[in-house]
Amino acid sequence: MANFSTNEFKSGLKFILDGDPCSIIENELVKPGKGQAFNRVKYRNLKTGRVNERTFKSGDSVEGADVMEVELEYSYTDGEFWYFMDPNTFEQHAADENAIEDCKKWLKEQYLYTVTLWNGTPLLVTAPNFVNLAVIDTDPGLKGDTAGTGGKPATLETGAVVRVPLFMNIGDVLRIDTRSGEYVERAKD
Amino acid sequence: MNEDAKNWQPTANIDTLKRRAQYLSDVRHFFAERDVWEVETPILSRAAPTAPYLDSFSTDYVPIGAQSKQTHYLQTSPEFAMKRLLAAGSGSIFQIARVFRNGEQGKYHSPEFTMLEWYRPELTLNQLMDEVNILLQQVFVFKPISRLSYRGLFEFYFKLNVFSCSDDTIKHCSLERIKGLPADFETDRDGWLELLMSHVVEPRLAAMKFPVFIYDFPASQAQLAKVKKDESGNDVAERFELYIDGVEIANGYNELLDVDELRRRFNNDNQQRRSQGKPEMPIDQHLLAAMQHGLPPCSGVALGLDRLMMLAINKSSIQKVLSFDYERA
Repeated sequence: MANFSTNEFKSGLKFILDGDPCSIIENELVKPGKGQAFNRVKYRNLKTGRVNERTFKSGDSVEGADVMEVELEYSYTDGEFWYFMDPNTFEQHAADENAIEDCKKWLKEQYLYTVTLWNGTPLLVTAPNFVNLAVIDTDPGLKGDTAGTGGKPATLETGAVVRVPLFMNIGDVLRIDTRSGEYVERAKD
Repeated sequence: MNEDAKNWQPTANIDTLKRRAQYLSDVRHFFAERDVWEVETPILSRAAPTAPYLDSFSTDYVPIGAQSKQTHYLQTSPEFAMKRLLAAGSGSIFQIARVFRNGEQGKYHSPEFTMLEWYRPELTLNQLMDEVNILLQQVFVFKPISRLSYRGLFEFYFKLNVFSCSDDTIKHCSLERIKGLPADFETDRDGWLELLMSHVVEPRLAAMKFPVFIYDFPASQAQLAKVKKDESGNDVAERFELYIDGVEIANGYNELLDVDELRRRFNNDNQQRRSQGKPEMPIDQHLLAAMQHGLPPCSGVALGLDRLMMLAINKSSIQKVLSFDYERA
C-alpha cells in the first residue's frame, strides 16, 4: 500500500496508525507566521469506531490502509462468525462479533448490509437505514386503538425489542429505522 | 460536468466581495486621516527572507534574447522594501500588499494572501498596539483588545516560567497537555512552545470572545524585533501578536535597528536552513545597506487582512473572503 505525506491528507483518506486502520475526518494546517508547520488531524479508528486526534509534523508520512466499503448480503451465523456474501461473485466474508456489534439486532438473512473491509476482512457492518421485520412476540392487539398512544413492547424476528402501537399483532411486518431503533410504520407488502 | 467547468465561480459571494472593497477603502481612509501614506514596493526581489520556516516562491527573469537568467523571489511580506523607504526618510507608511508563501494552504492559510503592513517612526510599540486597537474597533467593529504577556500566559495555563524552565520541562508539559502527540515526537524548544500555543492556548483565547494582544516573546522568537530585558531580567523580544477567536491576526515589532545583529540573525537562519537540508536564501544586501545608513526608531506591524475580514463577517475560512482561492486560481 502506498504512503501518504501530510500534504496529501484529506478527509476520507484511509491510513494505518499504531497498527489500526483509520479514516481522516478533518485535517488542519497549524502554522504560526514564521514558526514550524504541523498537521492536526481528527480521525476515526475504524476498528474501534472511536474519534481521536493526532498531530503530525508537516512532511511526515503514513502508510495507506486498504479499506473499502461493499454491499454484502447476510447469510447466516454459526455463533462465532457472521457470514456475508457478495451477491455478484458469491464470495463469502466472515465477520466477528466486534464487526457486527452495532447492527446485530437488525441482521436478517438476504438483506444487504454495508461492510467495511480491511485487507478483505470485515471491520464494520452497518445496517441499512430501514429494515422490515416481523413481530414474533407481543401482547394481544387492542382493536379500535389506532391513535398509537402509549404503545407496548414487541419482539422482532431478529431479537430486537421495539415499542409499537397497541394494535400491532404477532406476524405483522414493521418498518424500523435502525439509526434510532424506532418503529416507523406497518410495512406495505 | 468536470471540476473546472463547475469551479469558474468565485469562492466568495459577490456581497462578500463588495464588503471586502468597503473594508479596503475604510482602511485607506483610516490611514489617510493619520497622515500615514500608502506605498507600493516590488513583489519580485533578488533577495528573500532567511527565516527557516518561511518558504518563498521563486521565478526566473530572462532578458529577451539572453541565455542567462536571474532568480527572483516573490515577497513573503513587504517588510524589507518598506524599511528601505523608512531609512530613506519616508516617515509613516502603509501598504496593502499581495504576499506569497509556498506550501501554505488550509482553512486559515493560502499560498497568496493580502497583508496590511504599516510602520510608525514616531510611535512606541505600546502606542502602535493602541492604534491597532482603534483600527479594529472603528473599521472592523471588534471589541477592545486585551493585553497578556507571553510569560503570564504560560504561567497561568501551564504553571511554567517560560524563560527559566528547561527544554525537558516544556517537552513533558507538551506531551502531557496536548492530546494526539506520540511519545516519540521530537522538536526543539520553540517547536514545543508553538505546539502548546496552537493546541492549548489558542482554543482558550478563542473561548474568551474578545481579541487579545500577546506581548514580550522569548528572545529565540525575536524575528526582526529588538530584544530587551523585562522587569525580571529575562531577555524578551519586543514583539506582539494579535489573536482574535484564537486565530493569529497580526505580528508587531519594535523594529531591530542594529545592522550587525540583523546580519547575525540572517546568517543564523541560513545555518539552520543548511542543517535542515533546505536551500539558503540570498540575504537582502540592500536592506543591510539601508540599516547601515540608519533606520529611524520605529514600530511596525503586519496584519493578515483576509483572516481579519473572515472573522469580521463570520466566515469559517479565508477562502470564503477571496474572489478565487488557490484551488480556483
